[in-house]
Amino acid sequence: MTSTATGELADVLSRYEVVLGLEVHVELGTRTKMFCGCTTEFGAEPNTQICPVCLGLPGALPVVNAVGVESAIKIGLALGCDIAEWCRFARKNYFYPDMPKNFQTSQYDEPICFDGALDVEVDGRTVTIGIERAHMEEDTGKSTHVGGATGRIHGATHSLVDFNRAGIPLVEIVTKPIVGTGADAPAVARAYVAAIRDIVRALGVSDARMDQGSVRADVNVSLMPVGATEFGTRTETKNVNSLRSVERTVRYEMLRQAAIIDDGGVIVQETRHFNEATGETVGGRVKETATDYRYFPEPDLVPVAPDPAWVEKLRAELPELPAARRARLRTEWGLSEPDMQAIDNAGAFELIEATVSAGTGAESARKWWLGELSRHANEAGVELAELAVTPAHVAELQSLVDGGRLNDKLARTVLSGVLAGEGTPTEVMTTRGVEVVSDTGALTAAVDEAIAANPDVAEKVRSGKVAAAGVLVGAVMKTTRGQADAKTVRELIISRLGAE
Amino acid sequence: MAAISREEVAHLARLARLAVTEDELDTFAGQLDQILHSVERVGEVAADDIPPTSHAVPLTNVMRPDEPRPGLSREAALAGAPAAEDHRFRVPRILSEEA
Amino acid sequence: MTDLTRRTAGELGAAIAAREVSSAEVTRAYLDRIGAVDDAVHAFLHVAGDAAVAQAGAVDARIAAGEKLGPLAGVPVAVKDIIATKGMPTTAASKILAGWLPPYDATVVRRLREAGLVVLGKTNMDEFAMGSSTEYSAYGPTYNPWDLTRIPGGSGGGSAAAIAAREAPLAIGTDTGGSIRQPGAVTGTVGAKPTYGGVSRYGLIAFSSSLDQAGPVTRTVLDAALLHEVIGGHDAADSTSIDAPVPAVVEAARQGAAGDLTGLRVGVVREFAAAEGAEPGVVAAFDAAVATLTKLGAEVVEVSCPHFEYALSAYYLIAPSECSSNLARFDGVRYGLRAGDDGTRALEEVMSLTREAGFGPEVKRRIMLGTYALSAGYYDAFYGQAQKVRTLVTRDFTSAFEQVDVLAAPTTPFVAFPLGSRTADPVAMYLADLYTIPSNLYGGPAISVPCGLSEGLPVGLQIMAPTMADGRMYRVAAALESTQEPRLADQTPEVTA
Repeated sequence: MTSTATGELADVLSRYEVVLGLEVHVELGTRTKMFCGCTTEFGAEPNTQICPVCLGLPGALPVVNAVGVESAIKIGLALGCDIAEWCRFARKNYFYPDMPKNFQTSQYDEPICFDGALDVEVDGRTVTIGIERAHMEEDTGKSTHVGGATGRIHGATHSLVDFNRAGIPLVEIVTKPIVGTGADAPAVARAYVAAIRDIVRALGVSDARMDQGSVRADVNVSLMPVGATEFGTRTETKNVNSLRSVERTVRYEMLRQAAIIDDGGVIVQETRHFNEATGETVGGRVKETATDYRYFPEPDLVPVAPDPAWVEKLRAELPELPAARRARLRTEWGLSEPDMQAIDNAGAFELIEATVSAGTGAESARKWWLGELSRHANEAGVELAELAVTPAHVAELQSLVDGGRLNDKLARTVLSGVLAGEGTPTEVMTTRGVEVVSDTGALTAAVDEAIAANPDVAEKVRSGKVAAAGVLVGAVMKTTRGQADAKTVRELIISRLGAE
Repeated sequence: MAAISREEVAHLARLARLAVTEDELDTFAGQLDQILHSVERVGEVAADDIPPTSHAVPLTNVMRPDEPRPGLSREAALAGAPAAEDHRFRVPRILSEEA
Repeated sequence: MTDLTRRTAGELGAAIAAREVSSAEVTRAYLDRIGAVDDAVHAFLHVAGDAAVAQAGAVDARIAAGEKLGPLAGVPVAVKDIIATKGMPTTAASKILAGWLPPYDATVVRRLREAGLVVLGKTNMDEFAMGSSTEYSAYGPTYNPWDLTRIPGGSGGGSAAAIAAREAPLAIGTDTGGSIRQPGAVTGTVGAKPTYGGVSRYGLIAFSSSLDQAGPVTRTVLDAALLHEVIGGHDAADSTSIDAPVPAVVEAARQGAAGDLTGLRVGVVREFAAAEGAEPGVVAAFDAAVATLTKLGAEVVEVSCPHFEYALSAYYLIAPSECSSNLARFDGVRYGLRAGDDGTRALEEVMSLTREAGFGPEVKRRIMLGTYALSAGYYDAFYGQAQKVRTLVTRDFTSAFEQVDVLAAPTTPFVAFPLGSRTADPVAMYLADLYTIPSNLYGGPAISVPCGLSEGLPVGLQIMAPTMADGRMYRVAAALESTQEPRLADQTPEVTA
């Protein structure tokens, strides 16, 4: 399936250039909402984290959360943006039932951060993504659609609205048009969103949980004929909430749009939604009225003019950012750039870092996460981080190997037990009884048995063809059901046959 | 310059979510046209170099600390709701995913 | 104490503090008065009744316990229905909020209660404060106690009429383009718009956020100043609230009452005098008032504010623009009216039917006007230009206040007009705010004080001052008032039902 898509994609790219635009919404991890003192805990009972302000009651007024502003500035600084000396909030006017005031308090032509750039690595290639702006705004409430078959709007009889999320601070990061990525476009989009996620997590301004919607992307895709300078009509796929979905959305839209244009059709500028189950994007209802948000400066809030000294202090206090950390750790770990890329691609960077921190050598940590564990993740169709194994487990496993208590094969067996939720590696090893046989008396008996059973081979080894010992090792491993250390067995065979 | 048509009034009514009647469309078209004609003289005086004023008082950086404050009880919040169900505000089926 | 409703609020507060009369007695006297005349005046949309008596009893208990309360403790106050009162109906005179009981008090109301004032009820107004006659109330008009066939001004006609008809000793109004001052002028009462940011807007249902300001409506200048000090001051819940002490308005009012304005420079706006439309009787009363100020020692000079003539146009773009956004929240989802929800219609249609049914014609007109002025393609020509005019008007004030201490003008070009005489012509109605709007655009304080009669109906003098110099206007107004014996507010004809 993937290879077919790649083939199709290559065909599309022979005729069209793709232009991407990404709008990433980051829900900040402030204790309270952007404009009121309501708490922001995820998963609270519906409508228990609301007040007159975030419920949009008549007469209620907003007051800006200082930490919300600070977080936005930190994000801007990390993305190399200029920080506005003076900026304002604006009202974005449109009606929607989960938006209490029927306008969103946002920023329009005066964002707090603007004009930055972010480098992302894709297959060894560095792509610089221009950042148009990062601005502050508030989240909406959440609607649950009732009565339909699928919980979606279509077919529902009515909807229920919970305003707990309404007013939670968001920073929206908007890229400049991303051109020239070609076949890498899906991967670039994914890498960019991953980089934003990692940066905001490193900054400590968001928990960056894509599965909980605290980082979500609006993905804009358009095609233009190769060599054209004017961008084609774009579609915007809203609220894509996993890295994999970002990648699939770009790929799907490229193929879909190309097919339409090839057939002489035109792309409709519209918002679309990505369906995780089908891997397709779906268009929304065509609106009878063109969108006109009637932005104007929010009269209930006064301008924000960050003190340059404050901005400089925040700049000085920025933590080490993911790109710098990657460069440092690559050196510390002594890994090759291809190895690092493989780690990036697998999303294993932090897992490996944590595993190394827990005492494992970088190469061993890399092997586990990119080998056996990646295979499990692929089979299960999940991200590495979603597996039921922690860096601490991997470190423990490796130390059992290093201590001679597990060999590679046994370690894999133990790992599958850990993945199955049977406990820590040591617990699994004990309960499954798979520890390496280290009792030399028992091993010697097994070796002698193997020699007796394979006189021809034994003779070859005696005569100096040490390589032939492998057959005997295999025989011993078989009789001990793999619970022996192959190296020890080999040494024992050679010494019994006096081959040295 | 103003001259606002009946169709424009209908468009404004849709944007503003007002289900105006046919009679109102006629009345409002005439009245809005008259009002716009009388206010369009704002264009006569303000030169390009005049900055706009959005706020009466020139304050900046009014912010609050990130400290939780008690809000409304769920009962109080839902008390005024035209319809509620399962501790949420109940609304009729929604046509579009986005506004 | 005979007829408590004829005493000033300051006198009542002193008597209550001295325990010569109880707050409960005063409150009952006003409730009785409301019962007697409000069928004819219709100043109130809601009378608190038992709740007011209970609150008065609680204040009496606090006083009896020796608690030191402010000078207006125990005095009843009527509150314009656009201000949120916890558990008490708050409709903004709109059907869309019929039956809504706010779960919170506006900061102004909280301060009233903390200072021991007793909330008598909620007063009538033009729907969402949009109007100059109170005829746009969804619950029927208020009638001017001076002549029940005439309008009491607007939008705060209910508060002004309640004061004029002695249904309350104090009232709270709100002023976006003149809604405190113009009703004050046409009912012979005192109405003060404090400096924008001087009184918290938290809990004041927003009409035009950058212009709205709550303030006192009273029978005397001193009462207005006393009430101003209760409700004024910084509020962390309102980002546009000025973080500074309340100007010493009571002291200024007392100083002015001595009747000496020596050294004070009063500017008369040349362009207002030249403008057509003011009734001759209004001009005559204004000229007489200016002559009186001169007699009191003030130096009167003419100043030029060339952009004031554009203020009305700018206002009728800015206010509708902001209102189109502020009133979007009334959608039948979380509170208030929901119309047309028959189980078959989709939300979008129900929202539109709700708003169509819930809003009156003037509100709809302004919402559409504002929607137009903010829409793509028109923003620069309308809203953007209006904001520039706002800058120019502010500059006019700034340069005028380099020459004079206060500006004087008629409050409104005409005396109370007959009910129904201007509703068919929105633009003719808008002219009522011609002289009051500049101060809202600028943000400075302004007061209307009765200054005479024209054809037997009250005329108001407006005094405008620089931002945060609220004391100056109280001083001048009190000085003018000191020359009137009896005060105009005390000459209101007896209302006969």
